[in-house]
Amino acid sequence: RITAAGGAGEVDGEIEIEAGTLIDEEEEREAVFWRLEAIGYRVGQGLAERFSRDRPRFNDTLDIIKFLCKDLWTLVFRKQVDNLKTNHRGVYVLTDNAFRPFARMSAEVSSQAVLRAQPFLWFPCGIIRGALAAMGITATVQAETSELPSAVFQIKTVPVKT
Amino acid sequence: MASSKASRLGEEVWKTRMDKVNAELVVLTYGTIVAQLCKDFDSDYIEVNKQLDKMGYNIGLRLIDDYLAKSNTMRRCSNFRETAEMIARVGFKIFLNITPTVTNWTSDGKQFSLIFDENPFADFVELPDDGRAQDELWYSNILCGVLRGALEMVQMQVEAHFVSDVLRGNDTTEMRITLIRYIDDELPPEDD
Repeated sequence: RITAAGGAGEVDGEIEIEAGTLIDEEEEREAVFWRLEAIGYRVGQGLAERFSRDRPRFNDTLDIIKFLCKDLWTLVFRKQVDNLKTNHRGVYVLTDNAFRPFARMSAEVSSQAVLRAQPFLWFPCGIIRGALAAMGITATVQAETSELPSAVFQIKTVPVKT
Repeated sequence: MASSKASRLGEEVWKTRMDKVNAELVVLTYGTIVAQLCKDFDSDYIEVNKQLDKMGYNIGLRLIDDYLAKSNTMRRCSNFRETAEMIARVGFKIFLNITPTVTNWTSDGKQFSLIFDENPFADFVELPDDGRAQDELWYSNILCGVLRGALEMVQMQVEAHFVSDVLRGNDTTEMRITLIRYIDDELPPEDD
């Protein structure tokens, strides 16, 4: 659910609160992740369908990844991905050095800021996975940031069974 | 502020100061959120309306700051009629690039309608075909919450709800806004 209140109020005693909140926070984070990822997935599907319609057929997976890094990224984040790496065995690493949603986030204590910025990666993760799915690629997508405002997305494509 | 002047201000701010985002991205994202809410609440559309309103309210509480910063209007509206014009010609213009029509005032000047000739949220949208959504779901209800939240932050308690929606098959999309009261206690000192 969208609004999830911290569960600390229900338990007494400091230690209990501590442990209780930790588990709650973890669960809550997980729930938020799945929710945002799922919403992103559907948005990504729609975007890919709509904006790949009038272009020539894709040659291969790399072609699709490039479309993602250039066209779709520009559509969603108004800039292209800065760097694309691949191991040529189905893993692609996309680096955006100035990830748009992070642009105006300030880093008080940097470790805290990074942690609090993370949820903003989940919706985009879903968008990428959804867009790839719409173009015929099954993949897992993970994202991380070590320093704002950069973001790194790792795409692991699932090989097509023959 | 005269309404023609408000229109010019809205146009100017929209052109020069607003960061733009792809319209399709917005439409798809909003649509997905509504669809997800319908799923979460098992097609309890009354509850979905409530949730959308609540989300909007939380957006409005913050959006008013952006409105004031971008529009740079330093003076207060002199009455509720002027507020309505500013909402339509500046607020909606700068954030959604539309200008709904202000109309159907009650004689006490406390209640008016916004008629939406265009509604970017509703592009490509069809309501669920279950015989209930057409009567119960207010698809763009988030907007009511946005107005309620934004106006509350500038000392106006209002009530806002949709009374018709082209998505339901009505001829127009109309939102009704009622001023309940000015929140006196927190009035800032008068300038003039």
